[in-house]
Amino acid sequence: MSDAWRWLIAGEWRAHPMRFLLAGLAIAVGVALGFAVHVINRSAADAFGEAVRSVSGAADLQVRATSPLGFSENLYPRIFRLAPVADASPALEFNARVQDRQEPVSLVGIDVLRALTVTPALLGRRLDRREAGPASTRAAGADAALDPEAIYLSQAILDRTRLRPGDKVRVRVGALAHEFTFAGDMPGVPAGQAIAMIDIAAAQWRFGRLGSLSRIDLKLRDGVGTQAARETIQSALPSGTRLADPEGESRRGDSLSRAYRVNLDMLALVALLTGGFLVYSAQSLSVARRLSQFALLRTLGMRKGSIEGQLLAEGLVLGLLGSVSGLLLGYGLAALGLRFVGGDLGGGYFGGTAAELQFAPAAAILFLTLGVATAVGGSYAPARAAGKLAPAVAIRQSGDLVDPRERPRWRPALLLMLLGAGCALLPPIERLPLFGYLAVALVLAGGVAAMPWLARTLLRPLTRFDSRRPSVEMALRRLLGAPSQASTALAGIVASTGLMIAMAIMVTSFRGSVEDWLDTFLSGDLYLSTARSGAVFDPATQTRLAGTPGIADIGFAKTVPLALDPELPSVLLLVRPLDRPGVTLPLIERAETRGVGIPIWLSEPAARLYGKKPGDAMPLPLGRSGGPAQAWVAGIWRDYARQQGAIEIDAADYVRLTGDRERGEAAVTFAPGASPARVRAAIEARLPPELRGRVDIAEPATLRREALRLFDRSFAITYVLEAIAILIGLTGVAATISAQTIARMKEFGMLRHIGMRPRSILAMLASEGVLLGLIGLAAGAVLGLGISQILIHVINPQSFNWTMETRLPWTLLLTVAIGLVTAAAGTAMLAGRRALSASAIRAVSEDW
Amino acid sequence: MIVARLILLFGLLLGATGSAQIGEPVVRYPAATLGPQFRFPRDHGAHPDHRIEWWYFTGWLRTADGKPLGFQITFFRSRPEIAQSNPSAFAPRQILFAHAALSDPATGKLVHDQRVARSGFGLAGAATEDARIALLDWSLTRRPDGTFLAKTGARGFGLELAFQPRQPAMANGDRGYSRKGPRPEQASYYYSVPHLKVTGTVVRPGRKGVVSGEAWLDREWSSTLLPETAVGWDWAGINLDDGSALMAFQVRGKDGRPLYSGGTLRRPDGSQTVLAPADVRFVPRRRWRSPATGASYPVEADFLVRLPEGVRRFRLRPLFDAQELDGRRAGMPAYWEGAVTTEGGRGYLELTGYAEALRL
Repeated sequence: MSDAWRWLIAGEWRAHPMRFLLAGLAIAVGVALGFAVHVINRSAADAFGEAVRSVSGAADLQVRATSPLGFSENLYPRIFRLAPVADASPALEFNARVQDRQEPVSLVGIDVLRALTVTPALLGRRLDRREAGPASTRAAGADAALDPEAIYLSQAILDRTRLRPGDKVRVRVGALAHEFTFAGDMPGVPAGQAIAMIDIAAAQWRFGRLGSLSRIDLKLRDGVGTQAARETIQSALPSGTRLADPEGESRRGDSLSRAYRVNLDMLALVALLTGGFLVYSAQSLSVARRLSQFALLRTLGMRKGSIEGQLLAEGLVLGLLGSVSGLLLGYGLAALGLRFVGGDLGGGYFGGTAAELQFAPAAAILFLTLGVATAVGGSYAPARAAGKLAPAVAIRQSGDLVDPRERPRWRPALLLMLLGAGCALLPPIERLPLFGYLAVALVLAGGVAAMPWLARTLLRPLTRFDSRRPSVEMALRRLLGAPSQASTALAGIVASTGLMIAMAIMVTSFRGSVEDWLDTFLSGDLYLSTARSGAVFDPATQTRLAGTPGIADIGFAKTVPLALDPELPSVLLLVRPLDRPGVTLPLIERAETRGVGIPIWLSEPAARLYGKKPGDAMPLPLGRSGGPAQAWVAGIWRDYARQQGAIEIDAADYVRLTGDRERGEAAVTFAPGASPARVRAAIEARLPPELRGRVDIAEPATLRREALRLFDRSFAITYVLEAIAILIGLTGVAATISAQTIARMKEFGMLRHIGMRPRSILAMLASEGVLLGLIGLAAGAVLGLGISQILIHVINPQSFNWTMETRLPWTLLLTVAIGLVTAAAGTAMLAGRRALSASAIRAVSEDW
Repeated sequence: MIVARLILLFGLLLGATGSAQIGEPVVRYPAATLGPQFRFPRDHGAHPDHRIEWWYFTGWLRTADGKPLGFQITFFRSRPEIAQSNPSAFAPRQILFAHAALSDPATGKLVHDQRVARSGFGLAGAATEDARIALLDWSLTRRPDGTFLAKTGARGFGLELAFQPRQPAMANGDRGYSRKGPRPEQASYYYSVPHLKVTGTVVRPGRKGVVSGEAWLDREWSSTLLPETAVGWDWAGINLDDGSALMAFQVRGKDGRPLYSGGTLRRPDGSQTVLAPADVRFVPRRRWRSPATGASYPVEADFLVRLPEGVRRFRLRPLFDAQELDGRRAGMPAYWEGAVTTEGGRGYLELTGYAEALRL
């Protein structure tokens, strides 16, 4: 029997190579996209984790400050003496600029003698100033590293500074700068990581941090359980510090982008799913075409299972070929994507880390399996149908498998939709909206399953109107008479249109909400920022700038990362004078009653992440007193910029808690009648010399444009994936219609025979296409609207912790509608033209 | 006498730190001069103004089942040449370093461990009034009864030993002023305490046992180091069975010839003979090649010492050959330091500068 199989598969594929090529291609594209997204993400996450691990120097555990203000160095001997601690290495961490270059580097101040055992990866290797190469490694580590003037630089910094041993290196941290001597490199730091190392005493002294530490790296005693050690150390930690490990730190960083990545993976799966539909339609049609073949084989003694097996085997071969080429394609795509889009796929999560392409064997196997499963799954229904046919009937009939008189079932579709709606109500799992995605899949499946019933319900009323045009009448009859072929074509249209519309609505709603939010947030006339240069406005500069003529008010602000939860990325504390006229918050909720302590305002993501409502108490690990500061949630505001959450605190309260008066940003309100250009020039003139050229000054319009540019950038990859899914969908429509048209050669021959003109046949085909397109569009639009609501109200809040208001992109929807109907009609006519070119007589005579 | 080792450890460091401030001396170190007598217990304590100082115990131990072991425990103090203006509590005003090694002939191996820290935060420091050193989880203290207590605990290997003096300190050189080179400032303050009675416990991989034995203490502090042309050092401290004690050393130049040598022989009656450079000769007898470093050490050698009664030959034979200490991975030099026997006595021999030339 295997010979017969081979003959059947090879024969069919030889006869219709394009159809199978297309189905295989669809699988390949789906697998490629999914795999590429996965590989890029993994590479980026690895690069990010590597950056975190590098600057941590591979310590077992770390005691970290919850904010960049650090903690008292007196904790160091206390931690050192804890039983599970074998050795402890105190460290200061800074964001520094080297040689006044723009890109920040991680500067660590360490005690080399402690790092020797705790974090050897952070040690420097002295380079001889006479020879170019590394000096004898004999005393690498301890030698010269106590030199308070020495700085060690990682290769990534050396590559862009061209320093020679002995050269002076200007290092800037905030408002302070110091010239160190370039002493050597850091061989333990992985390639690509920009890390500089100085002595801890020099770091404390030169950068104004006497008495404070950023972290203590720990080496645990052998044989001490990590969990037991954590508990002992945790109980010794004062407020303002937390226990961390490098893995956890990179997980924290990772968690920020995880939801975004899962989102992209889901879109890739949609592409794969669409590929599955394509396999389904290709196989269904091939079954329809070969009905008489199969029937003949059955009457010749072939068993039912063999026919099913053959079709499934076809799917398997198709899936394997498609998936393997998809994996190769995906790997190439990932390489290109990393190069041109960046490791964060435009999401803006892993700023500054260069990702290297990582091969992912487990993921490759996963996507291979998915691709094959999709292809086999797509072949399953046609295979079952072919197996079930009654040979005696089928041998004479090449029409539809489903009896047109049978009423299509609507109950399974309704059940799927209801299940989907139920899933949409379920909470996230591990901060991922897994049930939300399931809901989308179920609603989509329900929509596709409803198509036979829907098509019939929508088309039947049309038969009552007499259009007096035979081609339209015939198209209608044909669609009603061959329901399974119609719904096969519709499945692809509905799935891709539905998803496309859902995404379009979601993105439009999101963008609209972001624009509104920007309008509220950017209420000043001019903004000053030192974020890119790392400089600061000290109190003296602040006073000077406040006296600039032409300004009514200037509010200085600062962003302080604050670690509240070991599993979550640091929340951003936004320090601003909140009692100013120009300061407005896009508030969603307000507390009814006052709480105890300092009022703070949480962004919507912060409120959701930390489970806070207005009026709740929320102690902040800030302050010099040791214990956490009492604070209460005065309100919740909308924020789309800081997915990790943000907390607004009044500058006066912040200064009372921390004494920190340095600021990095400022919002300026002009006095009435002031000339913006003149005020701007006056501000620039008043900047102290060391700040000149290091402060970015921008108008709200520029910032707004920039923010929306970033927004569009982060959705760029989403648009690309979506466009590919649509293309696959449209290709599916075209393939289905053209395949059906070609399968109907005999029918056309007959029509020609009874006197129908080719033009009328083409008009009939176009009408069929338009009708199909319209039904698909109607169903897709309804489905898309429903799915968009799941995206807006379930997936977005659960993934990113923000909400938005629904807005409909009318222009886009209209374009999609016209495009879809035109494509359907156009492909139907194109295919028809080809079919009609064959001789009518021959077509009829083929009918044996 | 382990100046050479210390130079290898800290010499680069000390030399290099000065480079940023060429011209003006950042730190003023007092020189060793011929002068005042030692005062105890003050001189058991640290002399933090001097550049380097150490408390160096070596000796032979006997386990409960009568097996011999060699050991050495050293605590160093160093004052780096770094400006003292930085008010930070982490400013490296003093560096403490300690080292412990155990030679076990049953395994033919040497196990060792070390600690290093900058002074401060109560975690590391050396008191000036008496021997009292804290260095992370290691310590050296002197009890009121005069017994020194050294604790060098570590995972898998640790020594906890009490050293009870039975003889007074032996001032080396000219009443404790011990020259190391041709120039008078190339010198140190130096005394030894031979024939210390040792009791305590030794933890070796897998076991812990009570030990007893006899040890030697070397105390030395200095600011000016070896002659610039020196590459290494050969030193021995021997407790002789009749109660006498011998300390002998030579500083080697690049050509392997001695640049300077010296020593002290104290007899059972307490009388002392100070050995001048011409009185001490070091003659290698058998070399052992280290498979780890490729260095060839004269592990069997003679110290020929000219005494008033004539030249006396001390042939030193190692407890076993492989007593090389390869500390290169921990940023330290490789050298040989081992338990040795001689006819009618036992002690320690130190051979440095064989694996790599000393760099100043």
